[in-house]
Amino acid sequence: MRGRWIFGVLWPVGLIVAALASGGWLVGWLAKADPWLVSLLGWTGLGAFAGALLFGILDYGWGVFWPELGESLAISAAQVRANKMRSSLTALGVIIGIVAVTLMGTAILGIDAGVEQSLAGFGDDVLYVSKWPWRNVQDWWNFRNRRDIKVDYADAVNAMIAERPEGPLTVAVPSVNWSATVLRGEYRVSNVSILGTGSELPRLVKSDMKEGRFFTEVEARGARNAVVIGFDIADALFPNESPLDKTIRIRNQQYTVVGVAARQGSFLGMFSWDSVVIMPIDSFARSFPIRWADPMIRVQVDLARLDEAKEEIRSTMRRVRGLGPEQKDDFEINSQQVIRDQIDPIKANIAIGGFFITGLALFVGAIGIMNITYVSVKERTKEIGTRKALGARRRTILLQFLIEAVSICVLGGVGGLTLAWALSAGVGALFPSFPVVFSAALVVLGLTISVVTGVLSGFMPALQASKLDPVVALRYE
Amino acid sequence: MIPPSAPAHAGPRVTRPPGALVIEIEGVTKLYKMGAETIHALRGVTLKIHRNEYLAIMGPSGSGKSTLMNMLGCLDTPTDGRYEFNRKNVATMVDDELADIRNREIGFVFQTFNLLPRSDALHNVELPLIYAGLGKSGRMEKARRALVNVGLGERMGHKPNELSGGQRQRVAIARALVNDPSIILADEPTGNLDSKTGEEIMALFEQLYAQGNTIIVVTHEEDIARHARRIVRLRDGLIESDRAVVD
Repeated sequence: MRGRWIFGVLWPVGLIVAALASGGWLVGWLAKADPWLVSLLGWTGLGAFAGALLFGILDYGWGVFWPELGESLAISAAQVRANKMRSSLTALGVIIGIVAVTLMGTAILGIDAGVEQSLAGFGDDVLYVSKWPWRNVQDWWNFRNRRDIKVDYADAVNAMIAERPEGPLTVAVPSVNWSATVLRGEYRVSNVSILGTGSELPRLVKSDMKEGRFFTEVEARGARNAVVIGFDIADALFPNESPLDKTIRIRNQQYTVVGVAARQGSFLGMFSWDSVVIMPIDSFARSFPIRWADPMIRVQVDLARLDEAKEEIRSTMRRVRGLGPEQKDDFEINSQQVIRDQIDPIKANIAIGGFFITGLALFVGAIGIMNITYVSVKERTKEIGTRKALGARRRTILLQFLIEAVSICVLGGVGGLTLAWALSAGVGALFPSFPVVFSAALVVLGLTISVVTGVLSGFMPALQASKLDPVVALRYE
Repeated sequence: MIPPSAPAHAGPRVTRPPGALVIEIEGVTKLYKMGAETIHALRGVTLKIHRNEYLAIMGPSGSGKSTLMNMLGCLDTPTDGRYEFNRKNVATMVDDELADIRNREIGFVFQTFNLLPRSDALHNVELPLIYAGLGKSGRMEKARRALVNVGLGERMGHKPNELSGGQRQRVAIARALVNDPSIILADEPTGNLDSKTGEEIMALFEQLYAQGNTIIVVTHEEDIARHARRIVRLRDGLIESDRAVVD
């Protein structure tokens, strides 16, 4: 047993390292730092915590710890059972805190999932050449005067791809976009996004056909009135039948439906293939003014060579546009990253607001736990005296009351998680379009927060109990 | 007066020769600060207690009796003076070391029994063994044996409120005995019992003494003290007399 002091030094060190590392992990995770560093910090924190726990138990005394832990758990269970009302009211504070934590987490994860789902339809590996950048710009006049993007730039890019098949680019497809009303007999859907594009579009899009097929190259070149419609459009116009080979009307033109795209789902009004009608670009040109229809070139690239790909598109575009070496680019190469960058601040705001509400709720809950532990210590002063007379050490009493506080917190945590799970399931059932994500990570987070709250709020009263003079405590009535 | 019908005194009264030195107290004083006033609870007490002794400590209230008992029980440390327990210096020990001594060397019996109300007899007796770090099976075995020894083999699963006063005190005595302590320290063990039950408890102490336990009883009742083999009387923080009991 000699040399045991080293354990008493090691466990606080381990705890400090664990706290620092997990703090760093949280900051790194939120700031999207180098994932290697983040995971290193995470595992360091976990390892240091496990070490602190082990050395803490060794310092406590391995042989004594386990029976005393069992005794403390039994006391806590008996206390909660004997004071059901009091315990549940106290746990209520923690329940509210945990519900706030999990709902915030669910919201953030849900937004993430929704955005991913919406963006997934485009494919991660597509760059968009257009006149306007996708971010908000202050100096709009600089962009307004740019020359329009012409749809046949896609041919130039494809020609270059044909020259260099081993290059970072795969295929280029032009697209134009207009909003119009789609009719079929008495049925009508207004404000539908009409997409004019080439027959190669399916190569770029990570979306399957529900039925039918995409229009062919022949149909595209012949400017036939063949269209592919999204799931929601099909549902609205053909409620009880297959739309294949049926006719729809857009701007007094008849179109034959050759395919229906598989359902993608939509999120917060972001673009979704479900509410789109896709037709050959030359058919589009009959009804809509291509110049004003936000023409863009979609280029699929090798993601591993993204920078090289951008450079290649840029040089092709400069050549096609006849830009001199001294002239600036008069076009923009966009990617989905821009959309993600716009969502991130929204997520951060929810997180900050959530942290504040959660922190407040947990703080109130923690005060409740602290108060009830003080009451418990006061009520059982004589018992503490008896236990000390029978050989309970300071740390035994400390552990006992800490575990009591933690037990109530964990009960609150489990209750809160259950409630949050029920709530998010309810939200998911009521609003199917909002993707609700209730993950195992949230459960672990919720339980960790309850344990930490219990330890922090129970510590002061437990310390006071452990320091009671046994003579005074035994005399207490 | 002991009623002649009391069965406990039907048997022979054993007196065993004192064994090794357990407690040695020399010139112990204890001061309490009560506001501006300083109270001299003990003014220099010197006392030796050996294994196999059956000792009563007597004195009126305010004599320092309780303070001495707390000191002997390692619940408190002296302001000044020497206190050795089994040749180990207790006076300078810190809280946790004192807790270990209390756990291993001293068995407490209180006037108010001090049982845990929500635990059954067996768990109450098991408690000191938990603090000693004994495994589950060993604890059960020893706790059962201690309860059988005090005549409560049939009542192990009962909670304190399902037991009579005498039975509660027997549970407390079993708890005091369970860790094979060097001394049993009883503070007014019959103070909350009627006289018949009190005599039964004193008979149990007699039996435990005969089995080889060292017993210290703190009391203010002559009748109770007369069961012991030696009586130490305190007055005003000093030992007034220290005599063997003659039958």
